[in-house]
Amino acid sequence: MLFLECRKGHVQMDAKIVNMTNKETIIVSFYKALKNFGMALPVLLGVILLLGLFKIYITPELISSVFTGGLFRDTVLGSIIGSISAGNPITSYIIGGELLKQGVSLFAVTAFIVAWVTVGVVQLPAEASILGKRFALTRNILSFIFALLVAITSVVTLRAVT
Amino acid sequence: MKVNQKGQKKDRNKNLYYGFSFLVIVIILYLVLSFFNSEKIYRSLQASLDIIIQILPILGLVIFLIGIVNYFLKPKMVSKYLGGESGVKGWFIAIFMGILSHGPIYVWYPLLKDLRDQGMRAGLVAAFLYNRAIKIPLLPVMIFYFGISFVVILSIYMTIASIIEGKIIEIIEHMYRGRSRENG
Repeated sequence: MLFLECRKGHVQMDAKIVNMTNKETIIVSFYKALKNFGMALPVLLGVILLLGLFKIYITPELISSVFTGGLFRDTVLGSIIGSISAGNPITSYIIGGELLKQGVSLFAVTAFIVAWVTVGVVQLPAEASILGKRFALTRNILSFIFALLVAITSVVTLRAVT
Repeated sequence: MKVNQKGQKKDRNKNLYYGFSFLVIVIILYLVLSFFNSEKIYRSLQASLDIIIQILPILGLVIFLIGIVNYFLKPKMVSKYLGGESGVKGWFIAIFMGILSHGPIYVWYPLLKDLRDQGMRAGLVAAFLYNRAIKIPLLPVMIFYFGISFVVILSIYMTIASIIEGKIIEIIEHMYRGRSRENG
């Protein structure tokens, strides 16, 4: 009987220790999360400040003034401008819609809206610092090329279908 | 183990130094530009503050998710679902996570780094980041401007492009690792 009581006491103690370790692990997990985020904070703050500059200095009028009418040249330009611009994708749709109204080709506008989200020149320092230089550079270069390819294939398919 | 920890600490310090240097360069850029047009710089600061206010809830969500990932997901589990042997399942998870994630791309980098450290494949990180271009709540706006056929075709091609891009990145990473192993 005494033996059983002792065993019960041990089991309760073990359960307490397990609970304590679990609690500690949750705290440690969130502490680690905050610490990891804190490490990324300076570079993220830098990117946000750069985005503020872009929002004010790179206006939709400035973007539309760059396109000249050459199909291939405009598509590459669309991809370049989309890569260096950043912000909410809705902004890219609005600018893209305006560009279409002004006669810019759908190839260029598609490259522009695809590169807007997939290529991030402004975010590149943050991406390189957190995910690694080689990964960030390769990903952005590939995304730039894919913005052109996706634009061409999408518009060609759209024209074939409709 | 100790050597590994030392290496991680060194990497962390290097990243922190790099982050602060970048921030200082941007602040210098602000100071220089303020000499030319202080009104525009004031508006830029205001725009940055607006961005911070907008992303605060998402930052909270990302920190919470990193905590949850640290607590629940162990390297073995990450490697099973998003690691080397995850196969087609891994691609599906990365694509859906990318489509469902919200907010600016840069707030997701720390979480992806955590998952990567726990064994997530580089190609899947790339697929996640690429598919952030397809945002379900934004689709009606896109349809309004470009039409439904265009949006459907573009979304399909972008998903395909994300997989091809991920695969190419994995081949490059594999080649690089092979070369560094050869060099000792």
